[in-house]
Amino acid sequence: MLLNQFLILAAALFALGIYGLLVRRNLVLILLSVELMLNAVNINLIAFESVLRSSLAVGQVFTIFVITVAAAEVGIGLAIVIMIFRNRRSANADDLSLMRW
Amino acid sequence: MELFETWGLTLIVFLPLAGALLIGLLPEGNELAVKTVGLLTAAGAFVLSLVLISQFDFSAGPYNTYQFEVDETWISAINADYHVGVDGISLPLLVLSTFVMVLAVIYSWNHWDEPKRPKAFLILMMILATGMNGTFVALDLVLFFVFFEVVLLPMYFMIGIWGDRTPRKIPGFARESETRIYASIKFFLFTLFGSAFMLLGFLALYFESGKFGESTFDIVELTNLGAMGSFTGTFAFLVFGAMFLGFAVKVPMWPLHTWLPDAHTAAPTVGSVLLAAILLKLGAYGFIRISLPILPQEAVSWAPAIAILAVIGIIYGSLACLAQTDMKRLIAFSSVGHMGFVMLGIATLTDIGINAAIIGMVAHGLITGLLFFLAGSMSHRYHTREMSRLGGNIKLLPVMGGILAFTAMASLGLPGLAGFWGEFMSLVGSYNPLDGLPVGVFRTAMVLGAVGTILTAGYMLWMLQQVNLGEPGAEWEGKELHDVDRFELTAWVPLIILIVVIGFYPKVIFDTTTDTVMSLVDTVFNSETVASLGSGG
Amino acid sequence: MTTFFVDTAGIMLVLPLVAFLMIMAVGKRMKLQGAEIAIGALAINTVWATVLFVMNMTEGVLARTTFEIARIGTVAGNEIVFELGWVVDGLSIMMFFLVNLVGLLVFIYAVGYMHGDVRVPWFFAAFSLFAGSMLILVGAPNLIQLIIGWEGVGLASYLLIGFYWEDLDNVRAGNKAFLVNKVADVGLILGAIIVALAVGSFDFQAINVAAVEHLEALSTVAVVGGLLLFLGAMGKSAQFPFHIWLPDAMAGPTPVSALMHAATMVTAGVYLMARTFPLYQSLAEEARPWMVAIGAITLFGMGLLALVADDIKKVLAYSTVSQLGYMMTAVAAGGYTAGMFHLYTHAFFKALLFLGAGAVIHAVHSNNMSDMGGLRKDLPVTYWTFLIGSLSLAGIIPLAGFWSKDEILATLGHEGYTAVMWIAIAGAFVTAFYMTRAVALTFHGTYKGHGHPHEAPRVMTVPLVLLAIPSAIAGFFSIPGVSLPGIGNFGEWLAVREVTMGDHHAEGIQWALAGSGIFAALAGIALGWMIFGKDRETQQARDGFEVPVLYPLLRNKYYMDDLAGGVVGGTMGPVAQFVNWTNTYVIDALVNAVALLTKGLGSFVYGTIDQRGVDGVVHGLSAATDGAGSALRKMQSGRVQQYAASFVGGVLALIIVFVFVT
Repeated sequence: MLLNQFLILAAALFALGIYGLLVRRNLVLILLSVELMLNAVNINLIAFESVLRSSLAVGQVFTIFVITVAAAEVGIGLAIVIMIFRNRRSANADDLSLMRW
Repeated sequence: MELFETWGLTLIVFLPLAGALLIGLLPEGNELAVKTVGLLTAAGAFVLSLVLISQFDFSAGPYNTYQFEVDETWISAINADYHVGVDGISLPLLVLSTFVMVLAVIYSWNHWDEPKRPKAFLILMMILATGMNGTFVALDLVLFFVFFEVVLLPMYFMIGIWGDRTPRKIPGFARESETRIYASIKFFLFTLFGSAFMLLGFLALYFESGKFGESTFDIVELTNLGAMGSFTGTFAFLVFGAMFLGFAVKVPMWPLHTWLPDAHTAAPTVGSVLLAAILLKLGAYGFIRISLPILPQEAVSWAPAIAILAVIGIIYGSLACLAQTDMKRLIAFSSVGHMGFVMLGIATLTDIGINAAIIGMVAHGLITGLLFFLAGSMSHRYHTREMSRLGGNIKLLPVMGGILAFTAMASLGLPGLAGFWGEFMSLVGSYNPLDGLPVGVFRTAMVLGAVGTILTAGYMLWMLQQVNLGEPGAEWEGKELHDVDRFELTAWVPLIILIVVIGFYPKVIFDTTTDTVMSLVDTVFNSETVASLGSGG
Repeated sequence: MTTFFVDTAGIMLVLPLVAFLMIMAVGKRMKLQGAEIAIGALAINTVWATVLFVMNMTEGVLARTTFEIARIGTVAGNEIVFELGWVVDGLSIMMFFLVNLVGLLVFIYAVGYMHGDVRVPWFFAAFSLFAGSMLILVGAPNLIQLIIGWEGVGLASYLLIGFYWEDLDNVRAGNKAFLVNKVADVGLILGAIIVALAVGSFDFQAINVAAVEHLEALSTVAVVGGLLLFLGAMGKSAQFPFHIWLPDAMAGPTPVSALMHAATMVTAGVYLMARTFPLYQSLAEEARPWMVAIGAITLFGMGLLALVADDIKKVLAYSTVSQLGYMMTAVAAGGYTAGMFHLYTHAFFKALLFLGAGAVIHAVHSNNMSDMGGLRKDLPVTYWTFLIGSLSLAGIIPLAGFWSKDEILATLGHEGYTAVMWIAIAGAFVTAFYMTRAVALTFHGTYKGHGHPHEAPRVMTVPLVLLAIPSAIAGFFSIPGVSLPGIGNFGEWLAVREVTMGDHHAEGIQWALAGSGIFAALAGIALGWMIFGKDRETQQARDGFEVPVLYPLLRNKYYMDDLAGGVVGGTMGPVAQFVNWTNTYVIDALVNAVALLTKGLGSFVYGTIDQRGVDGVVHGLSAATDGAGSALRKMQSGRVQQYAASFVGGVLALIIVFVFVT
């Protein structure tokens, strides 16, 4: 059975994504890390689908959903990042602690 | 008259609210129109309550029957009704409420505390009136709760906006805040704290009543269930405790009283008057109308505790008075003592005691209301409430000093004036409390309460000595101090007359209350169920 | 015609109050500043009272009118009702007569005395309130109305003692009187509640009937209730140790003292005992020895205090306390008639003495006897009337005071209180002694004050003369064993009651006892005259008594003649000084200490318990909430990656829980 290898791949990708999310300071790279995590999830969905083989192809349908939402999210996210960069000449996450007490 | 039979109470309750709306539509600049509308609405409600008296059937039936009753569906999902009505217990308090409101508007005519803004102040007063009148006639727990809480809001703004601006250091906090801010928040949170528990109690009763039929918030139905001994055990004990918290904060009973001196001291004159005259009565009224009839067995088990707290309140309040330097604060603390007598009367669970509580409430409303009027007017003139700086008031302002002396005498419970009956009768009641209550506790309470009357006399005479008598201080020499004006006299003379009339002829109150109270005690505490279930406590 | 006066007797209770209101309203604009209203009201009252008095003498009047003012609930099946009204019987008629007649004369006198003083309308208004409250009290058919009148009297006395309220000392004296009375009133109120609830009614008639019939519920509480009522009576009637308010009460104008001491205030306690007499006679017998003891201490101990006072009003004040002790002792011992008869005669001569003292003070502008002396010639009317009053008080036959005091002695002897009887005889000696001293220092010797004193105006002297007449002859109405044809005697008048009680009436004069009394009085006068009678041009005579050394007696060469008197005087002086010292530094200091302690307790309760304790809890709760918020908000750093890290940490924790725990 080929499932374990896929799951290991997905877990590795997800871990990479978390690592990037937590340690990179550049907003663009943080967004890319989020993409990595989403894609790790997508791999899981496809892998389980190939094992379970549901009649409605739920895994594939959800994967497409996730890809769509991720695209939209990256679009809005990059737009915000660009706006921030234009206003503050920086894309460093540490400089952006405005929303606090 | 047919129409009045059904709509009279609703009109009394909501006329002030309509007045508030009307005032809201008037332009801010037209002060006269604003005041006229305010006076007319308040007077209208008072006249209607007089009509109510004239139509009232004094040969009351058994307890739990109400007159001018209206029972319409309101929120059908939770079976809450718009249910109002009056009986001999609520009638005097309702009339007191509409009456004092008229006097408060008359007094306000040319006495505005900073920042004036008569329009806003009058709107708040009218909303307050609706809340107070509504509480006294509500016969549905949800309705009662709504009116009970409606009262909070206007009073919060009155204290918070028109209150005393002196900065005050709050123990435990690093920053200073203005007295009015501190007092208003304290008042609001304290009362809300109690009300939250009270609401819990109401909800618990609602669900518990489902065991005996449809769940209901209706006070009449719950009273019937209560008299049958439906609510017992730990459940009822806790429900009584929850409602006790809500009402006790409002009364206020020791040790939940500390919001009162601050609120009174900070509030504008009219605010203090309404607070003392009517708001404090809502709590004690709640005990009589809701706690005792619905949970009679628990009332029996809680009564000794209430009596002890009441007596502590009497002694403690009087002692605290002796330590005050601020005249208004002294009067505020005197309320703790006087309401202690009211609660002691209620705790005896006898007809005499409850009667004492009602007349005590009415008398306290009239007397302490007048005292706050006087304190307010004096600080308008002297711009201080420090008793050490005052003195010789009766020489500077003879009429006002005379009225102050009279009112102080009434407040210390001089026989022949209204304040005596409540104190005396709650002592009478506590000598012979309801069968099954610990006689020793109540007789000790009686003796201590009587000692409290000495202390009351002590601080009142001391206040008179400091404020009224002696030679006036040098700082007032040559100052233009005008004695009472027309509006003050118009507002005060009716109070003085009533204090004397009730003092010599308390029948005016007792004719309304006694039958109802006797049937209340008879139905609720002397029925066989209570005898079998309640005596064990 | 006759029933008219009985039916309308209540008018006497109302008129002075109407006068009070009228004087407050229009007094300022009247010629005598409202005095005419006050006098008019009491004059009408006096007519009523006199008619009733005469009617009661000849046929006996017994009536009551009540109307309900409240129905308040039930106790043990009895409906409790409050009523007002008036009762007309032998006892109340006597008091009506006394209060109105003495009151009227004092009011007339006050027109002269208060002439040109401050706030005259207010004085007469408060004076009317004083008399009116007392009438409400004595006319009361039940304990409720009695309490109303009782406190009304207290209020009026507070107002009048503090009449010159610009001086805070006077205000304090008023406060003291009010508060000391209030302490005693607790006894009255609790006693009233206990007795009334046992009987089921506040009505005197019901209580007395229940007492006579030995009602079961009443008999168990009678002693406690009776003692509590007595506590109330002790306060108003200034019995030891509640007497402390009375000397301070001299701060008011002298007519106030006259009315207060003669008829209106201090007699209220004795009256209460008389009103509820059957209770003590039949049920509360165990309480009686205590009451007699209090009365005995008062009559002797307080009489001694009058020996050393320099203020003439204080001499009279202590004398009043002492005489009230006689009355209380008599009533407590069972001599209801004797006590009331002494109250009746005392009212006349004590009013006379106070008004006389007022005339003297009016003339010399000082209260101190050290500023007086030799006034006999300048104030002849005052002197002779004062002398009659003094002799009557001292108990010299055949003046009024002799008869009433003799009756008390007889009662004490008959009831078996022999020791108390001897104390009372000793008291008679003291009484005679201090009155002689007062007369000698005031009217004999040479004048030591300033200016030239003048006799008081006619408006003041006429009341003196009118009071001197009953002071002399009132005693003839109660000669033991004598019932005057057609009108009977005092005991018979007084016996017209709803509930008759069997107190002791002597069949005839006991000459041995009367002789001891007269002898004691004469001895007192003789000793007093020996020490103070001959003015020695210097202060030494006076001081010699006050310094506890026999100095003056050695100084002048009469020591042989004065040996007996010297021993007595020498011991009496220190004893009196000691009593006075105890009074000032122990009892009074105790009262002040109580006041201070209460005040301190107030500060403690407010400052420590309330502000720090109770309010501290409130503040603590809000401060804790506030602090927790301040601490927790630090977590919101605004750094998105910190949030993400906590999120991841949370997820990891959940994974651990799900994988390893479940």
